[in-house]
Amino acid sequence: MTITITVDGKRHEVTASPDTPLLYVLRNDLGLNAPLFGCGLEQCGACKVLRGAEAVMTCMLPVGDVDGASITTLAGLVEDGELHPVQQAFLDEQAAQCGYCSNGMIITIAALLWRTPHPTNEQIRDALDGNLCRCGSHGRILRAVRRAETLMWGDENG
Amino acid sequence: MADTPPAKQPAPSETAGAPRPSWGDSPQQLDDWLRIEPDGTVVVFSGKVELGTGVRTALAQIVAEELDVSLARIRMVMGETEHTPDEGYTAGSKTIETSGMTLRRAAATARQALLEMAASELDVTPDELTVQDGAIILPGGEHTAGRRVTFAGLLAGGRFERTISDTAPLKRPEQFQIIGTAAPRLDLPAKFTGQPAFVHDLRLPGMLHARVIRPQRLGASLVSLDANALIEASVIRIGDFVAVVAAREEAAIRAARALHLTWSDDADSPDLPPMKALHDWLRHQPTTDRIVVASGDADAALQHATTQVSATYTMPFQAHASIGPSCAVATFDGEMLTVWSSTQGVYPLRAALASLLQMPEDRLRVNHLEGAGGYGQNGADDVAADAALLARELRQPVRVQWSRADEFAGEPKTSAMIMALRGGLDGHGAVSGWTFDGWTPSHANRPRQAGDFIAGRFVGVPAPQPRGFFLGGDRNAPTDYSFVDQRVLIHWLASVPLRSSSMRSLGAFANCFANESFVDELALAAGVDPLEFRLRYLADPRARAVVETAARRAGWGEPLPAGVGRGMAFARYENTEAYVATVAQVAVDTASGAVRVSSIVVAHDCGQIINPDGVRNQVEGNVIQSLSRALKEEVRFSTKSIISLDWESYPILTFSEVPEIEIELLDHPELPPVGAGEPATVTTAPAVANAIFAACGARVRTIPFTPGRVRAALEATPA
Repeated sequence: MTITITVDGKRHEVTASPDTPLLYVLRNDLGLNAPLFGCGLEQCGACKVLRGAEAVMTCMLPVGDVDGASITTLAGLVEDGELHPVQQAFLDEQAAQCGYCSNGMIITIAALLWRTPHPTNEQIRDALDGNLCRCGSHGRILRAVRRAETLMWGDENG
Repeated sequence: MADTPPAKQPAPSETAGAPRPSWGDSPQQLDDWLRIEPDGTVVVFSGKVELGTGVRTALAQIVAEELDVSLARIRMVMGETEHTPDEGYTAGSKTIETSGMTLRRAAATARQALLEMAASELDVTPDELTVQDGAIILPGGEHTAGRRVTFAGLLAGGRFERTISDTAPLKRPEQFQIIGTAAPRLDLPAKFTGQPAFVHDLRLPGMLHARVIRPQRLGASLVSLDANALIEASVIRIGDFVAVVAAREEAAIRAARALHLTWSDDADSPDLPPMKALHDWLRHQPTTDRIVVASGDADAALQHATTQVSATYTMPFQAHASIGPSCAVATFDGEMLTVWSSTQGVYPLRAALASLLQMPEDRLRVNHLEGAGGYGQNGADDVAADAALLARELRQPVRVQWSRADEFAGEPKTSAMIMALRGGLDGHGAVSGWTFDGWTPSHANRPRQAGDFIAGRFVGVPAPQPRGFFLGGDRNAPTDYSFVDQRVLIHWLASVPLRSSSMRSLGAFANCFANESFVDELALAAGVDPLEFRLRYLADPRARAVVETAARRAGWGEPLPAGVGRGMAFARYENTEAYVATVAQVAVDTASGAVRVSSIVVAHDCGQIINPDGVRNQVEGNVIQSLSRALKEEVRFSTKSIISLDWESYPILTFSEVPEIEIELLDHPELPPVGAGEPATVTTAPAVANAIFAACGARVRTIPFTPGRVRAALEATPA
């Protein structure tokens, strides 16, 4: 069937079986690199994108379920060559080792900071617990959240 | 990151015969390592590869420093058999130490050559000239034609045509402007913006998607195959090697599920031992026994001791568990077969693929592209073999992506081990005799020939015989303490129940766990504080410095609430490399046995620091990953196969479980750099075990420290 999705501001018509996981449509039909295959089981978060303002995993999500939806990938967070504050914060903190989990981390944090501009430490950890990192970049990623918070909204106290 | 043989131990070279220069050869042609493009770009050819540790950036820093160009001018070409030198494996935290030194000398040689050329062109002597970001300048000549020449202009697209000199002047530490700075990683912008960065992102025209189908049990043979249900995919069969191939990836995945296969139950390998009896089983296998250290008379000293202590520690099988399952792309045009892989060694992989494909090496090209973080031999080489076999068959580009279960089942594990220790104390509480008995296999089994690949077994190549040499299981089995009478003995196992190979720090993870736990057990028996006890046997000022620094930063000796404890551990990695001391603070819930690690303090001395933020990042990663291994990780298996096949059955540390981490780097710019990719991995488990004991009196001697094990240890503790 033909499915219409808007990805990073561009409208696409894709012919695929509706049960195809969105991940393969994004990577193989649209040639995008941001969402990565990590487990195919919704256990690790490497494949996340934003559906509207919500971070969703794409490795099991049938493309038929997102017909008409607006999707933003990590690449789409860059606007006119300018990095999204969460991307900038990741660079400032050098918040990665191999970087394979970075996509899911940045997407999750962007969604968190829109929903909860000034999250508590517990809210941050809760939001990120579904994203696995094997290299042990957790400390840097947590620091990047705080830096991104400041870049997006300024200091909570002024 | 693991199995470079230590220099003191003769071992067969891990590098297969290769036409390109390797770092063991001399002299070496400068042009093989460094080229200057007409636009002033400095192209660096490195046989090392980026494994997610930042070596691409650190090596670029070294060249930029010695050549006097800005980092922005450097372009790194890494791990391509067609273009880069053969530097064996990127392993054992040795890249900066060995490859970094070669590149440093190469850059210094190039700078010297360029200065000589410039001096002749400007008709001056070289010592009148200065170098500024790829240009050579006479005093006051920054903007004056005729008083300034560029590297690119001097070379005019030509080659250096000289060998790398051991005598070209190297900069002194106080002259460094780029080495020692926290240069941002060159690879991260692409990874943070969704640009192609990984082998997974490589797409070739006409590329097919494949999935390889194997029985859960290695060694089973194919009885029957029914491909009738497949519509959108085709089956490739080479002996018992079976794959499905499709134009669309999801079709290949569906076909892999739909294909009906029957495997024989009478595998050529016997049943695995019951998981609960694993260590008993290991203990009763035939071994080759080798003494690693023997000084004084350990047995006599133990006999004369007034107090004797003994304890046995165990290590389970653990997985690399790379966050992205292995992937490779291959293509074959009838003449050349090219493979892209996240292998740790493009040349050794090429040699092994030549054996598998029965093709000469000069018809094979292996190019490295990054994978998800690798910590040793994960599935990267095996998936490359899968892709190469399929490309030769299909004569069309093909991409093989392992599933999560393929990765957990297929990647070689770090092996289970046993460490049995005895120690004595004399009437003054001084150590009188120390013995260590370790049971371990060799930790180096990277592929060299067809049978070493999983695919090799299925295309009909017999499994190779054990290699007859032993590496890595003895790493850090000797302590760094000045015990007079000691014996360290390794009982090398020819094989273990699960396929095993190199993983971060090899045997040192388990050996340090045992040694540093046992030091605390002896200190307790002597009635001496563990910090004081260690310092009595450490004379090396760098060793004392890391121990004292970590203790001071962690507030060693300050009172803690009930149920909370501090523990420490120290090691000099490989007994010759970086010094590291760790202090962990934990709280134990004695009802459930749950351990909560609240903070970890590390003091780390790896000599000269090339990139302090890079070292810090490595140390942080080592701490978190090793804490995950200490608290949670154990590969589970039935008597037939591995059953830890996803993140639920092989959980790793999550954000909620990550402690505060404090790191102090002790920089020694006057000393050579040694690796930072592994040392801080070995002191975490014993520091945590010692902290658990301090918190609640439970001595855990089995990794991982699950709540059940802590509870059992508590129950075994005399009230």
